[in-house]
Amino acid sequence: MELTREEIAAVAERKRAAYEAVIGLEVHVQLKTASKIFCGCSTRFGDPPNSNVCPVCLGLPGSLPVLNRQVAELATRTALAINCQVREQSIFARKNYFYPDLPKGYQISQYDRPLAEHGRLEIHVPTGGAGKKTRKKRIDITRLHLEEDAGKSLHEGLPESEAKTYLDFNRCGVPLMEIVSEPDLRTPEEAYAYLTTLKQVLEYIEVSDCDMEKGSLRCDANVSVRPVGTEKFGVKTEVKNLNSFRYLAKALEYEIDRQVALLESGGRIEQETRLWNTQAGRTEPMRSKEHAHDYRYFPEPDLLPLVMDAAWVEDIRRAMPELPAAKEARFVEHYGLSDYDAEVLTANRALADYFEATAAKAPNAKTAANWIQTELLGALKEAGQEISRSPVPPQALAELLQLVEDGTLSGKMGKTVFEKMFASGKSARAIVAAEKMEQITDAGEIEKLCGEVLAKNADKVEQYKKGKQALFGFFVGQVMKATRGQANPRRVNDTLKKLLG
Amino acid sequence: MKITRKDVEHVAALAHLELREEEREHMRQQLDDILTYVDKLNQVDTSQVEPMAQVLAPSRADAALRDDAVGPCLPRQQALAAAPDADETFMKVPKVIER
Ligand SMILES: [Zn+2]
Repeated sequence: MELTREEIAAVAERKRAAYEAVIGLEVHVQLKTASKIFCGCSTRFGDPPNSNVCPVCLGLPGSLPVLNRQVAELATRTALAINCQVREQSIFARKNYFYPDLPKGYQISQYDRPLAEHGRLEIHVPTGGAGKKTRKKRIDITRLHLEEDAGKSLHEGLPESEAKTYLDFNRCGVPLMEIVSEPDLRTPEEAYAYLTTLKQVLEYIEVSDCDMEKGSLRCDANVSVRPVGTEKFGVKTEVKNLNSFRYLAKALEYEIDRQVALLESGGRIEQETRLWNTQAGRTEPMRSKEHAHDYRYFPEPDLLPLVMDAAWVEDIRRAMPELPAAKEARFVEHYGLSDYDAEVLTANRALADYFEATAAKAPNAKTAANWIQTELLGALKEAGQEISRSPVPPQALAELLQLVEDGTLSGKMGKTVFEKMFASGKSARAIVAAEKMEQITDAGEIEKLCGEVLAKNADKVEQYKKGKQALFGFFVGQVMKATRGQANPRRVNDTLKKLLG
Repeated sequence: MKITRKDVEHVAALAHLELREEEREHMRQQLDDILTYVDKLNQVDTSQVEPMAQVLAPSRADAALRDDAVGPCLPRQQALAAAPDADETFMKVPKVIER
């Protein structure tokens, strides 16, 4: 029985709180290689259709697959980064099913002896409410295995699309790893946090572009619900097509509500595969039973077992770059940043590197962290620019911070200078010199300026002395106005207090 | 009898094969014979033997791997020539009907 969106919303609204969701994610990641997993064809995205194909990836008779060494290396690096045990000998298996985008009639994958198992990943889940608090949660990872991608079927928009399906085999044989989590996720937010953290790790260790739009990161979810307080898992569905972060949480929310509403209406959950339909904003049963089939896995006779011996694994472990969690802890420890600042600044490697390069030259790491988070990230976001192409490089920002620190510029002037730097690519010193923006800090000059303001406003000085304290701000304002904001505000304050004594 | 007619029909459906009536019994008999033979092999005690997926066991890591280098592919024209139906860019198959 399929309930309508409205029926689901009406029931779920009342009953949602009585259920708990159980979610596991299967994430397919394209490994960053030049050639395919079992042949020398290029993996380049966007090449003309069927231009990167050969007898191996087309499954022509007599051809033999040979595993790409880099695939083994990148997948093992990932396995270690997510704390998996790497199997010394893993084997490939044939997963048999028929679909035109799979020319051999089977996909080479791994089955009962995958490359790696028993991993874990720590995620930060927002606790909601005010502030930026998060809680930590450990998500276990069942397995990581290797497989080849299928080709692409084009069902529409070509001359004979009415009667034919068109096939492009460029993707066929592109190396993938599938990372399967345990059903440890309980909410769409946790699933989102898990995918975010996983993607962050994959980008840090440079094993994949993780570009969901180009299909190099894809996500399916296993979803079930159970009454709060019970242990037994409900019947699960597999939701496919969760191919953007934007829709992941939406699709899961919908599917959870659908299951709750179905159970509350006396229905039964079918174990089935459902597709997220972005336009309709709902999950729909997949008409094809293709994937519910019995895949009749058996060991791939054309490939040797993959041997990852201890020495090789150790080499890979030694070459591992610093992982986000370690970097975050180091930022707190070494630079004295708050947990939140460290989390923001380690969101990706380019940003973390930018911060460290700035902090190395800046007078104060915490100030550098603040300026990067508010001024720089704000300006980049507004300009739609990546940090790697920031018009203000780290040394330039550090120089600006130095000028603020030594009092040449007030904080406010510093922000103005930053905007000019961002717009023009010029250095802080050049802008200060060209625009004569230097802050006035000379005591004699400030006293002279203050004296002039007070002399010009003798009536107000009179009122002030009779008790109209609020006029103090007016005097400060007049001095700042006379200097176009360039007088050091603290010194102006002190001087005026002295003169009004 | 290890294999029933139903098993044959199931396997044939998975393989997208349409069997004639007499072929079904013929296939059932053949598959049944094969499994009977496998049963005989199963009588050997292999509890102390590692399962073997491959005759050629690699003795060291890296034994049968290739470098990640892009090699020559098939020219598209040639790749498409092998397909029963194609235009100059794509291979074509009868409209895929979800089943
Ligand atoms: Zn190929």
